[in-house]
Amino acid sequence: MMSGRSEVAVANLSSVPGGRSDNAPLAGADAAPVTRPVEAVSTRAPGRSRVMVLLAAVLLCGVFFLPLWNVRLTAPQYPEGLGMHIRINTVEGATENDLNNINNLNHYIGMKRIEPESIPELRYMPWIVAALVVTGIGAAAIGKRKALYGWTGGLLVVALVGLIDFWKWEYDYGHHLDNEHAVLKIPGMTYQPPLIGAKQLLNFRATSWPAWGGILAGIAIALAVAAVLLAWRQRKLALAQR
Amino acid sequence: MKILSGSKALFAGVAVAVFAVGALYSCTATSSGNDNVLVGNAAAKVYVPPGKYDEYYAFFSGGFNGQMMVYGLPSGRLLKFISVFSQNPETGYGYNEETKPMLQTTYGFTPWDDTHHPELSQTDGVPDGRWLFINGNNTPRVARIDLKTFETTEILQIPNAAGGHASPFTTPNTKYIVSATRFSVPIPNADVPIDTYKQNFKGTLSFITADQPGKMDIAFQILMPGFNYDLGHAGKGPSDGWFFFTTYNSEQAFEKLEQNASQNDKDFIAAVNYRLAEQCVANGKAKTAPADYFHNVMDERSRVAHSERKSSVKMLNPKDCPGVVYYLPTPKSPHGVDIDPTGEYIVAGGKLATVIPVHSFSKMQKAIADKQFDGDAEGIPILKYNSTLAGEVQKPGLGPLHTEFDGKGNAYTSMFISSEIVKWKLGTWQVLDRMPVYYSVGHLMIPGGDSKKPWGKYLVSLNKITKDRYLPTGPELAQSAQLLDITGDKMKMLLDFPTIGEPHYAQAIPADLIKGNSLKFYKLSESTHPFVTRSEAEGGIRRQGRNVHINMIAIRSHFAPDNLEGVMVGDTVYFHVTNIEQDWDIVHGFGVLGAENAEVVVAPGETRTLRWIPKATGIYPFYCTDFCSALHQEMQGYVRVSAPGSNVALKANVSERAKSQSTRAQALPTHGHDVGEVGSGSR
Repeated sequence: MMSGRSEVAVANLSSVPGGRSDNAPLAGADAAPVTRPVEAVSTRAPGRSRVMVLLAAVLLCGVFFLPLWNVRLTAPQYPEGLGMHIRINTVEGATENDLNNINNLNHYIGMKRIEPESIPELRYMPWIVAALVVTGIGAAAIGKRKALYGWTGGLLVVALVGLIDFWKWEYDYGHHLDNEHAVLKIPGMTYQPPLIGAKQLLNFRATSWPAWGGILAGIAIALAVAAVLLAWRQRKLALAQR
Repeated sequence: MKILSGSKALFAGVAVAVFAVGALYSCTATSSGNDNVLVGNAAAKVYVPPGKYDEYYAFFSGGFNGQMMVYGLPSGRLLKFISVFSQNPETGYGYNEETKPMLQTTYGFTPWDDTHHPELSQTDGVPDGRWLFINGNNTPRVARIDLKTFETTEILQIPNAAGGHASPFTTPNTKYIVSATRFSVPIPNADVPIDTYKQNFKGTLSFITADQPGKMDIAFQILMPGFNYDLGHAGKGPSDGWFFFTTYNSEQAFEKLEQNASQNDKDFIAAVNYRLAEQCVANGKAKTAPADYFHNVMDERSRVAHSERKSSVKMLNPKDCPGVVYYLPTPKSPHGVDIDPTGEYIVAGGKLATVIPVHSFSKMQKAIADKQFDGDAEGIPILKYNSTLAGEVQKPGLGPLHTEFDGKGNAYTSMFISSEIVKWKLGTWQVLDRMPVYYSVGHLMIPGGDSKKPWGKYLVSLNKITKDRYLPTGPELAQSAQLLDITGDKMKMLLDFPTIGEPHYAQAIPADLIKGNSLKFYKLSESTHPFVTRSEAEGGIRRQGRNVHINMIAIRSHFAPDNLEGVMVGDTVYFHVTNIEQDWDIVHGFGVLGAENAEVVVAPGETRTLRWIPKATGIYPFYCTDFCSALHQEMQGYVRVSAPGSNVALKANVSERAKSQSTRAQALPTHGHDVGEVGSGSR
């Protein structure tokens, strides 16, 4: 990776201590005037940005192993709680029977059974994330600033669409109730769990938080955005110096 | 106490007066006992705040209710009834088809017994929390209770025996549990004049293999003189490999035992070298003797019990295995025999003795080596009393019965007649403290107090008589348990709580050794029950001659099917109810109008079958008996019963919803089982 160091940095390498090369343009801007201004504003992203994007892509792999989101339900009858793990490709109970038990309870309010097979997004998502991982590594390897921008943009779009989609499913389950078969019908009551945070739904308190997979994805997004900001600022500085 | 200190005549003749003195003593002690409670911080020591767990599980025998009770200590809260040897309409145990075989004996279906002694399984002489054993005293049986499910999983009948009282005490690794005959009888049993007792009546000591669940069996029996064998305990440490049983009625009386069995100055402790017995059996010294007994096992996967009838045992006559049994003379009809944690001291509780005699195992071995014999009883050498005696606790109180230990060198003995617990020191035999209890303590229990490593924090006194201790409830009163703090030099009374059915003995173990293993439900996917119904769509009704089988599921808050037609008067109906919940503490019950047996209670993942014979046409409702959910009251259904020969078609409704959830045809599972006898086994 260090071989892909920016040309500006290379130009100023002699003037800064080793290992801080990415800071070199900033530190060196005053100390050593740029001698080759034509090459200074390169299309290549700073090495640190590329490392961050690579790391982001690698961290994204975590969502294949760890749940993205946890929904937890507690009630007077369920002090131990029931839980659902939202994974990249499925929805599963926190224990072997939790999902079935949640579905059994939901029949009282006429909620559809939560069946992962009936949620097509769960089939696409692994491919989309796999593509993000591959392209992320690719973008880091190419090292073009725009590639990083593009990849980060894609990542943000996928994350945003994913969250909206998750919310939509929650809305769908919580609102589209089978009133014909529901035995517990409370006018005006809907049962959409929160996207994030806690909410009281009859006797159940539903809490929803990112799980380790979601947290890793969040870190990946933060890294990607930071990488973009870094590259963007560096370019801005370089332009200013021209 | 003064009255008894000298004259032996008083023991036999004036038993009633002695009892009265004991009661008087207790009465005078009442006020001081109550003061004791008030001065201390007893309430704080037994207070377990709402939602918090007790420190110990305590298992109390149900006495003459034939069951077992689980209490939490120190709170004294009742946690569970475990059905063992008696039918229990509360759960359907012994009424439903699956558990009926558990109560099968050679005498037929035997739905009651008298439970006396719970015994925890041990590893290296310390309770391990795997299983609990308990004896049936009336029709000699031993049961295994699995402490993952708190359910009886196995019952073995003891052949060639009457009155299984010295049972089911364990060896240090639960290789064996034992059962000895309280009542001697002809062996094999025979029609003889009762006054031929001396020539015809015998006792047996049974060693039962117990370390393999589902495989309990009689390893061997030892044929003994016709005395009464009362209690037993295994040796440990240096005395490992020996088992000690008390005997009374060495007089061999067969009538008016109250007097006639109290004549001899000393009866015996039988010291049995069971390792030697094993060798003798292995070397072919035991005879294969006829026997007739049942072994009943609850299958773990199907939750259906099966019975197997067995026909022989290995019977060892001590004459054929010299050195296998010695008798240790022990004063006055000894009851308990308790081995201290080091395994050196053998403490006897002579019901009518004025001392507590303590034998030494090392002295016993020396006496055997030196042949310090004082005659024999039917060929069994009797050791000289003084050759084995380590010491006697003088003036301990009246009516010593049982002794347990705190692991700190102290022993605690229950005194039935003087109604107190007496603490004394091993080695010096000095009485250190006494605590009145209300009234007439039988067994006492320290968690692990009969093992190598007692948890010597609490002591429970199991009292037989409650009289004025609780609000009066007519002529029949509860029994009581009293909890004592034994951490200090002086015992402190903390709590008392009523118990039911006269628990004889109890055992307790730190909750941490059990609670993590507790099962939450049976896995429906693993059930091999021949009539399991795994989903609503699989429910249905089927006729086989005059038998009608109904496959039904129970789930919050409905049965499916819940409308059944085509049943006719004269049919025998089997409701096979599967609770398809896979969730903790979601239990459903099933009761039907006119059932002549009981309800069935069905744990999650389990199938239970209620047999029902309707006698008149009409509509019969059934309903869920265990309050399961908000719509429990709606959890009901109807069976239509038509006249014999009517043309009402068999019909079981399955909801559209259930049908849509499963594309499988609505057909009963096919299996080659004899459907009329779900639980019966080979005979």
